[in-house]
Amino acid sequence: MLTSITSYLHSNETPGAAGNMFWALLYILAIFLGLSIAVIAMNWLERKVLAHMQVRLGPMRVGPHGLLQPIADALKLLIKEDIMPAHADRLVFWMAPLITVLAAFTTFIVVPFGPTHAVTDMNIGILFMLGVSSLGVLGIVTAGWASNSHYPLIGSLRSSAQMVSYEVAMGLAVVSAVLMTSLHGTGVYGTGTTGSGTGTLSMIGIVKAQYDQQIWFAFKFFPLGLIAMFVFSVAMVAETNRAPFDLPEAESELTAGFHTEYSGFRWSLFFLAEYSAMIAVSSIAVTLWFGGWLRPFPNALTGATWDLLFSLFPGFSFLGLGALALLSAMRMPRHRMFKIQTIGLAGFGALLALIGLGLLVPPLRDRVQDIYWFVAKVAVFMYLYIWYRGTFPRYRFDQLMMVGWKILLPTALAALIATAVVGVF
Amino acid sequence: MADEEKPAVTPPPGNEQKPGGEKQAGSVEPIRPAEHGAPETARSQAKPGEGPRPAKPTGAVPGSWDAPMVARFKRQYGSGLEALTYLGQDYLIVDRSLIGNVLLLLRDREQFDYCVDVTAVHYPKREKQFEVIWILYSFARNERIRVKTIMAEGESLPSSVQIWPTCNWLEREVFDMFGITFEGHPELKRILLPEGWNGHPLRKDYGIIQQDQEWVQLNLGIESGQ
Amino acid sequence: MSEASKYLSQLQVGEGEQTFLDSNELIINMGPQHPATHGVLRVILKLDGEKVLGTECVIGYLHRGVEKIAENRTYTMFNPYVDRMDYVAAVSNGLGYCQAVERLLNIEAPPRANYIRVILTELNRISSHQLWLGTHALDIGAITPLFYTFRDREEILKIFEKYCGARLTTHAFRIGGCQYETYEGFERDVKSFCNFVAPKIEEYEELLTTNRIWVERTKGVGVLSAAGCKALGVTGPVLRASGVKWDIRKAQPYANYSEFDFEIPTRQSGDTYDRYMVRMAEMRQSLRIIRQAVERIPEGPIMAKVPKVIKPPPGEVYHSIEAPKGELGYFIVSDGSTQPYRLRVRPPSFVNLQALDLMVRGQLVADVIAVIGTLDIVLGEVDR
Repeated sequence: MLTSITSYLHSNETPGAAGNMFWALLYILAIFLGLSIAVIAMNWLERKVLAHMQVRLGPMRVGPHGLLQPIADALKLLIKEDIMPAHADRLVFWMAPLITVLAAFTTFIVVPFGPTHAVTDMNIGILFMLGVSSLGVLGIVTAGWASNSHYPLIGSLRSSAQMVSYEVAMGLAVVSAVLMTSLHGTGVYGTGTTGSGTGTLSMIGIVKAQYDQQIWFAFKFFPLGLIAMFVFSVAMVAETNRAPFDLPEAESELTAGFHTEYSGFRWSLFFLAEYSAMIAVSSIAVTLWFGGWLRPFPNALTGATWDLLFSLFPGFSFLGLGALALLSAMRMPRHRMFKIQTIGLAGFGALLALIGLGLLVPPLRDRVQDIYWFVAKVAVFMYLYIWYRGTFPRYRFDQLMMVGWKILLPTALAALIATAVVGVF
Repeated sequence: MADEEKPAVTPPPGNEQKPGGEKQAGSVEPIRPAEHGAPETARSQAKPGEGPRPAKPTGAVPGSWDAPMVARFKRQYGSGLEALTYLGQDYLIVDRSLIGNVLLLLRDREQFDYCVDVTAVHYPKREKQFEVIWILYSFARNERIRVKTIMAEGESLPSSVQIWPTCNWLEREVFDMFGITFEGHPELKRILLPEGWNGHPLRKDYGIIQQDQEWVQLNLGIESGQ
Repeated sequence: MSEASKYLSQLQVGEGEQTFLDSNELIINMGPQHPATHGVLRVILKLDGEKVLGTECVIGYLHRGVEKIAENRTYTMFNPYVDRMDYVAAVSNGLGYCQAVERLLNIEAPPRANYIRVILTELNRISSHQLWLGTHALDIGAITPLFYTFRDREEILKIFEKYCGARLTTHAFRIGGCQYETYEGFERDVKSFCNFVAPKIEEYEELLTTNRIWVERTKGVGVLSAAGCKALGVTGPVLRASGVKWDIRKAQPYANYSEFDFEIPTRQSGDTYDRYMVRMAEMRQSLRIIRQAVERIPEGPIMAKVPKVIKPPPGEVYHSIEAPKGELGYFIVSDGSTQPYRLRVRPPSFVNLQALDLMVRGQLVADVIAVIGTLDIVLGEVDR
């Protein structure tokens, strides 16, 4: 037993591929925990970033700079009365949030945070991911139907139509990225390598192909990779029902859309699922087009010095965050009412700095580096989500469909064909 | 649509003329025969914002209102209508039986294409208790007039929804508040008060704190709304 | 008047009994508690999928019987009540009422009072339009303009607060003039506000005017032709957006609007986008008026000679002003006593709301929201 645990430490496979159930379970737990923290952090960040975009402060009361606000909210949601409408279909009503949340979490099984940092490496990873993530719509439709109310029903109808429409464009964009794993191209489009290009659907394989070809797929066959990436990143916003495609939960039209009748913990499951789904699709985008866990310029900037420099990034960014928190703590009003807040913020800064110091320790530093780069890339996408929300009005339903079918789908199709043509000839 | 482009007549700055057919009440101008209605430009007064206003009207008696339009109506309906002006505002008092025709003519012949408001006043002591008032405006002439008719309880008026669709809600409000019925209205029902309410609150015999106790108890489940 | 008959024929379409049995139709209740109905408006929507087949507005949730209250208060006592109708443009309401009573009394506010009135009313028009813009954009899904407009509207409210102590329901004017002399530095505040807000209006426009989604959501939505507007009695920016150059400030000037140089912004197509553009232009025109007024404000009394007890002679008068939402009229019948015998308010929101049904038929649910927003209704005024 113990040997099987320790033996994995020297493996360079994912625990799933190595058949090591203990480590697989550990990874699942770690991902679950990490994801929950990410959702909490995202909740706080979204409020703060959006608030600063909108000339206000956002949460400031619960904890220093509102740091404890998500926790307070989670607590509130947990102890809130759980209301089920009288004429709702009780079983389906109960199941709907579970389906959504399960679908959102399950996708992370194949997300490669690093060459070995994934629960498993499926040879159909990307298909699995797309398939499972689109199961989430089932939860939304059942939620709308089971609520037995008009607004949720319309919301869920919109949602299903929207997801079905955008999945097509999304799938085509993904296919063009998958094509790139096996195509090298010639002439101006030649990648100039003879590295492996065997064509793979495995998430890890796709990232490795980008490493071997020495190019992120977003920039491959310029501008075809960018076009496919663009189509995907529009479709993924629609897939996750976020602004400006947040019609299923259009607040001003359908109050809260499909989860109008949900409250308390059940509602928080939808919330969790939405944010997990956002992270999941961002992970796909990062994996397919932005080199997944690869640090910037893994081929160009090689050598021990560069390796060391890039491996210091995680530690230093945590140290930087810690310094920021400490600086904010120093800028807190000197008043006894703010004493606890100041101490809390300073403590938080110290914690971040401690983590940062810990990440500078060589063995940890090397292990964590790829996770860090992956998360940083995903974070950029998450920031974009917030930015969209602060900027764009909402599309109308017919316009949404038009964008999906008449613009994104032909564009994705054209990019796919062009990729194939360019790659083969 | 020709009138779409036509801007309202705007007086040039510094012009002391009151636009439209308004005339100072109690002015020294003698009542002229209707046939020799004063030309449009002559009927003028100081703008409310400028210059000294004439003294308070003596006795506040509405003067008579002469205009070619009035003359035309007088010719057509004779004694069925009376044209008066008060504080520079013109109004017609029209017999109830003529009101439908007069309003239609006002719209079609006299270009009063915008019905500003429909309202009523309740005079419980009079024999004919209600005055119903249409406030009309003509974009082409930049003129505002009122048409008034007098009616008794239980009588009804022809609806003017067919003339100005805006009267739909306005007439519903008059019905709601005064209980005056308009015949031919597409759906004459209460608008501000709930369906099933008893009484018409803007009538003078309806007290300020009066309410439909029964309705309140039945629908709100409380003893009283007071 | 083909528009009128067209409207009437539309009224009957789909209202029959038999259509309710069609299983494809969905009746939903929007409001009275709904985030986008701007208060307590209830719209019953008949939908075919997302398409609107017909609407019915149920109003009166905020009915306070303002007209009945007026009959039981003296002229002076009733003055604060009018602020509670269109509470985002309380100053305009007050101006209309005071001028109507002044007309009935046949008195005239002194020039300085008129200047103060114009400045405050135009400030109020800007604040009303700002509030409209923020909420309208919010309805269409752009959440950020709301905060920008509220930030800038705050400056107007601060001026109101400094002037009369109240921010929203100002009760700024009295019958015969103004109660308060302007405070020390009023002109400076107003001028600096003008300089402050002019670039901000550009900022709103930057966020929305060329925003692709905004244009798609508003162009061609809720079209109301000029003839339709006139037939339905729709006034204000909605009328001007359909190409009718009509503004009571110009057509029948009140206060001292005839002394100012400003334009009536109009657009031609009468859709939601044009109404947006008209209101944006109106804000700039209001600034123009304010700038002129502040420059020229004369010295002098701010109250006309008004009897201690206001007892207008028997008679009736109708006076209307251009409120931010349209023609706001007061029809007052006096019986010679201290209380109005009958006071009728001609509310622009109420009349404009009537056009909702015509504007949204055949469009989508999301457009209903956009159209409710673009009509700029205030339920306090609809229900009175």
